[in-house]
Amino acid sequence: MPIFIDRRLNPKDKSLGNRQRFLRRAREELKQSIRDHVRTGRIAELDKELAVPMPRKGTSEPAFNDAKDSGRRQHILPGNKTFSPGDLIPKPGGGGAGSSSPGTTESEDDFRFVLSREEVLDLFFEDLELPDLVKLNLKQILSFKPRRAGFRASGSPTNINVGRTMRNSHGRRIALRRPKQAEVNAIASQIAELTSKPASPAVRARLAALREQLDRLERRRKRIAYVDPVDIRFNRFDPQPVPNASAVMFCLMDVSGSMGEREKDLAKRFFVLLHLFLTRRYERIDVVFIRHTHEAKEVDEHTFFYHTQSGGTVVSTALEEMHRIIEQRYPVSEWNIYAAQASDGDNFATDSERCIELLDRKLMRLCQYFAYVEIIDERESHIFGSTENGTSLWRAYNAVDGKWPNFQMRRIAAPADIYPVFRELFARQPALRKSA
Amino acid sequence: MVGHARKSELLFSGSDWDFAKLSRAYEEIEAIGTEELRLDIYPVQMEVISSEQMLDAYSSVGMPLMYRHWSFGKRFLYDELLYRKGARGLAYELVINSTPCIVYLMEENTMALQALVTAHAALGHNHFFKNNHLFRQWTDAGGILSYLDFAKSYVARCEERHGLAAVEAILDSAHALMEQGVFRYRRPPKLSSEQQREGLRERLEYEERSFNDLWRTLPPSPGKNKPEAGHEILAERKRSLNLPEENLLYFLEKNSLVLEPWQREIVRIVRVIAQYFYPQRQTQVMNEGCATFVHYTIMNTLFDRGRISEGAMLEILRNHSNVVFQPGFDDPRFSGINPYALGLDMMQDIQRISTEPTAEDRDWFPDIAGRGDWRDTLLDAWANHRDESFIRQYLSPALIRKWRLFVLADGADEPHFEVASIHNERGYGKIRSALAQRYDVGASRPDIQVVDVDLLGDRQLRLRHNVKDGILLEDQSRDATLRHIRSLWGYDVSLAAMDAETGAMLSERSTKEL
Repeated sequence: MPIFIDRRLNPKDKSLGNRQRFLRRAREELKQSIRDHVRTGRIAELDKELAVPMPRKGTSEPAFNDAKDSGRRQHILPGNKTFSPGDLIPKPGGGGAGSSSPGTTESEDDFRFVLSREEVLDLFFEDLELPDLVKLNLKQILSFKPRRAGFRASGSPTNINVGRTMRNSHGRRIALRRPKQAEVNAIASQIAELTSKPASPAVRARLAALREQLDRLERRRKRIAYVDPVDIRFNRFDPQPVPNASAVMFCLMDVSGSMGEREKDLAKRFFVLLHLFLTRRYERIDVVFIRHTHEAKEVDEHTFFYHTQSGGTVVSTALEEMHRIIEQRYPVSEWNIYAAQASDGDNFATDSERCIELLDRKLMRLCQYFAYVEIIDERESHIFGSTENGTSLWRAYNAVDGKWPNFQMRRIAAPADIYPVFRELFARQPALRKSA
Repeated sequence: MVGHARKSELLFSGSDWDFAKLSRAYEEIEAIGTEELRLDIYPVQMEVISSEQMLDAYSSVGMPLMYRHWSFGKRFLYDELLYRKGARGLAYELVINSTPCIVYLMEENTMALQALVTAHAALGHNHFFKNNHLFRQWTDAGGILSYLDFAKSYVARCEERHGLAAVEAILDSAHALMEQGVFRYRRPPKLSSEQQREGLRERLEYEERSFNDLWRTLPPSPGKNKPEAGHEILAERKRSLNLPEENLLYFLEKNSLVLEPWQREIVRIVRVIAQYFYPQRQTQVMNEGCATFVHYTIMNTLFDRGRISEGAMLEILRNHSNVVFQPGFDDPRFSGINPYALGLDMMQDIQRISTEPTAEDRDWFPDIAGRGDWRDTLLDAWANHRDESFIRQYLSPALIRKWRLFVLADGADEPHFEVASIHNERGYGKIRSALAQRYDVGASRPDIQVVDVDLLGDRQLRLRHNVKDGILLEDQSRDATLRHIRSLWGYDVSLAAMDAETGAMLSERSTKEL
């Protein structure tokens, strides 16, 4: 008789530790894959699984192997049809990896494997230097709130529902006819009464009968517990997703010639991060892309990031366009409005005044949050530092910054500079969550 | 037979399985196996697992327990991908050479398949593990699971104590030398029991604790290092280190000057596991052939006795013929010789020679032809041969003709393959020995040995690669592997390629050049 063991319910991820070790080993290459993905993919796509090519650097397993192109070998093959000894067969070209040479290896190039959402985000966050709390927030899928939902038979002792437990216990005691304390007491008092009387045979017999009855009752009481484990009920809690409303995210970007590959890449990361943040908070998110030169236009994501357009720079056109779209499609009563603007800071000097006015009078009243990043050269970053001086747009926005707490502005030169723009936003989150 | 069939009833019907059916089928199969085929097996433990768990088991080289390493994660990804793409099915079963013999059954299998798998693994492989001399001598079926358990927790403890990176570095280096980490000819010492190993570790820890640097400052006793004739010193040196040594991992574990005790222990773990798998690599054809022959015979017996239905038998035969499918060399599906097919064919051929031999068979196999006791012959072959010797002994001309085997000579510097032998009178012997040679694991892997090291001088570790038939090592992986050896040895390492026949030095590579 063999021993049978059913292992189907054992944990499945036995090799999870191996996977983590492998990912750590191939970290650099995987990060490059994610970077490429961010560059080429859509903003909303980062938040899911991703198939990446098998990393090759650092994951080879060397051993002493025979060189395929040296020495003399003999291949033994089945299925000879026409050959006789001495026949010469030309080797197939290109290194001899033809059908007849054994050990043809499958190429590893087309191997792609899937990174889970958490792994993708981890790798994406790595250069952004986000604080752990923020990472955790972003990786969480939804916020849940426990809500009472009936009873259950198992749980932690703190959740015992006493009322329900006692009701069950009472029903069971009645059903199983557990002797009540009063019955026991009555018999005990009868016994006490009889023992005080003179002992006649009748009394003795009665006493013996009563004692036996008492004994039976006691035993029955012992056997049928007052509260039995089967009576116990616990409060059951159901995790309820916290209801989320809709949000719209406006991406504004200057696409004039001065915005190169690097600037756009940084801008894209900035947008991705805001989008990630919003997906955590809101169930439904619309993204609106507005690009501008001296005129602004709503475009699709691909055009937004990949098409260049020549022209001057008039920032206010984008803000006007945004305002128009809000009026048309996104009433403030239904939508939370977030805006992220990326630019290199160039603007017509006279136009900056108009920008201030637009923001101050109209947009800042409508927006939950407006984040502006100015993408500067890495070499300039230490010159500008935190001085108030800067491009015309920077100076103009500075005025708005002082007035509106939901306005953020920052110069960024490297990916790590992006997070501070959002610091306010993330810092506010726990407070919001509590009040929700 | 017909009357018998009517009397007995079906073991199972329908494709769903449950534990009662499995158990009933097992008893019947075991009875046939032990009575009809006279198999001798370890007790069996059957474990039902899901496909994910099968993938998990794949990536840890088929063992239920394994220490953690990134390379297993990489393998898992490959296996998973091939499986998900449908490029490769999963094995229906996995069997582990241990007592009790552990057989994994996939939950997706139908009952007919479970029966097939039971006969294949729980009887066929099990018998082979228990009786083949290689497994008996070289592996310890009783100790392997507890050893792996120890290995896993030891590596995990080291990771905690010394950091993942340090442990990973040692494992990487040791894995690179796994091929060179086995004793090919010498019988390895038995796995010592847990207590002995515990004692050993305690002793090492005691030595670490009680190390006293003062001893190093004692002046050397005079006249110890008198210059002598170079030859004698060399010979003495080699004798003291037991050189030449083919097991590089063993040599490094015992003699490396830079390894810490825990690092030695990890190298040892890798070496023990490599050694455990060495017999499996030498007996692929025989092991699979034995299991396939056993399941084929048992399933047919069950069918003849009317214990399984025609439908189930058809399903079994379909799977069986998939497993033993052998396309010709010019078929796009060809990927080498299928060990299941070769093993089964050879064993059925022995059965045929034994019961109805031709004149040719009598000529070639005078001691078994026509004796009729094919069971004894097979039991003997299973017990005493490995692939190489089995083929050398039993590959018959009839089978060579059936397979239409031919030998293709391949010189790297020639533009043509040359057909050296085909299935004719002059070719039989040559094909047989060439095929046997192919399965000689010892001969087909590069032969690399430690030949010399001057511990008092520059401590350079000298390796020699005996080049056979002009087959050199692949440069890139050789250099990478040498780097790994250097990190285990701590000093420079050089590898000289010497022609095995002429003794001429072909090339030399040292880690100094890297």
